[in-house]
Amino acid sequence: MSREVAIIGVGYTGFRALTPDVSYKELMYEAAVKAYDDAGVDPRSDIESFVTVAEDFTEGTSIFDEYVPDQLGAVLKPVHTIAGDGLHGFIAAYMQILTGALDIVAVEAHSKASNILTPQHIMAYAMDPVFNRPLGANPHFIAGLEMNLFLSETGTTREQCARVVAKNRRHALYNPCAAFGATIEPEDVLASDTVAWPLARLDISPHADGAIVVVLASKQRAEELCDLPVWVTGAGWCNDSFSLENRDWSSAVYAAKAGEMAYRMAGIRSPWQELDFAEVDDTFSYKELQHMEALRLCRPGEAGVLVEEGVTELGGDFPINTSGGSLGMGNLLDASGLARLLEVILQLRGEAGQRQIPDVTTGMAFGWRGLPTTSGAAVILSNGYEEV
Amino acid sequence: MSSKIKEYPGVALHESDFAEKKVLYTTWEPNARYAWDTGVAIGRYLAELKRGHIVGTTCHACRRIVVPPRVFCEWCFRPMDEWVYLQDQGVVNTFSLCHVRWDMERVKEPLIPAVIEIAGASKGMGILHLLGEVDPTEVHIGLQVQAVWKPARQRTGAITDIRYFKPSN
Repeated sequence: MSREVAIIGVGYTGFRALTPDVSYKELMYEAAVKAYDDAGVDPRSDIESFVTVAEDFTEGTSIFDEYVPDQLGAVLKPVHTIAGDGLHGFIAAYMQILTGALDIVAVEAHSKASNILTPQHIMAYAMDPVFNRPLGANPHFIAGLEMNLFLSETGTTREQCARVVAKNRRHALYNPCAAFGATIEPEDVLASDTVAWPLARLDISPHADGAIVVVLASKQRAEELCDLPVWVTGAGWCNDSFSLENRDWSSAVYAAKAGEMAYRMAGIRSPWQELDFAEVDDTFSYKELQHMEALRLCRPGEAGVLVEEGVTELGGDFPINTSGGSLGMGNLLDASGLARLLEVILQLRGEAGQRQIPDVTTGMAFGWRGLPTTSGAAVILSNGYEEV
Repeated sequence: MSSKIKEYPGVALHESDFAEKKVLYTTWEPNARYAWDTGVAIGRYLAELKRGHIVGTTCHACRRIVVPPRVFCEWCFRPMDEWVYLQDQGVVNTFSLCHVRWDMERVKEPLIPAVIEIAGASKGMGILHLLGEVDPTEVHIGLQVQAVWKPARQRTGAITDIRYFKPSN
């Protein structure tokens, strides 16, 4: 193992369906101020580099990286923006510290999804212009295709997917910053309109606005600055073939590979036994189950049964998405992966409030970049406590 | 390889080939629409423009008065302390004579984009606008200019509520 790296601070806004009171810059500023205060650092003198995650098309401004320094305290500092999931940005910041050249780096991602008036068209713009776009289908059909084969090959049912929605919306009730906490029954999900069969409206995480900033530091600086550093013990990421014509439609191979890379680094052989909990992408209900299986958090075909038995709910043996996930917190576009990471950090620091899982030492965050991608990233964190 | 290809490697394409559909291609009309929340700082800035005022904010730590206003100081990374009304005049920091419109059409009378340092704000604090009612050959760095506003009833709370800046007096 090379250098050790820890998370020393985190800041976030509340996540809401609409945030008309603030600009995206003011949203980012709020998260940054909180993160730097939490870490006990001054961005102007202490933070050496900044990584942000954003997609020009969702911002509505090209070369969006030019618009980020002011509100992060990053003016006249090394800054770069990457297109990807928030966890890709986190891993980029992590690697900057691994080089040994830098000691304190911040990463930011946000969503102003409410400002996009034509989100379906923006999503469609990610599809191949020659092969796919001329067919004119709403891109949610891609989730429909995938869900259909996943259910068929694993024997998972729509009811089991609906239980994921009910679970995560309920978890969100215990998360004060989540946008979509609710008590709903699986039947409500099954009764909602069909968007792209077998995918129904409530299987889809609704968009939300918000910003998240995380501060990372080298071991030496982390121990000087922080009473409760959360250590990065593994990281991995992977892209499958993008082609809609011949990608693997049933199992999320990108998740499996990203997970294996992170497990290898963390020295984890049996994730189910060695991790205490996980936050895994649930942009769509079936995605949580598909990602669980790909990440070896259960055996193939077993994820649906586990959610049915309550194993993955708060109080269960292996809680998943105690934050509420994207279904409960809202789909935060590029910030979704950082939202998964945020919950792992809060749980490992014992700051998860009503939804705190007792005696946790190790957790994983897994992010997916959303439709129509096959792009995922996994990060494993530990608070360094001895297993009870 | 035929001798012809050896002699003329590659195939030249002409615009007419596209018009006559001799070349297969695909097009896509983007439908990308956004409504950006202005938030606290830009929201008030635009509301004040509608009222015929230019407003900035000041940071007591670095003692700068900035325009356009923001709620945080990007240098000190702290909240701004006060709103300040500025004058609707200033001095040309830099300018250009633009003989091509943004759609690449040539124009006889050049557009004159300029950064105008607003009187009352700190050195270097300006807003980007256009100059008007001025002979392009007379424009120079340091020229004193003042805002020409749209009539109050036509203002919408936009940067175009100022039509342009013209030389003072």
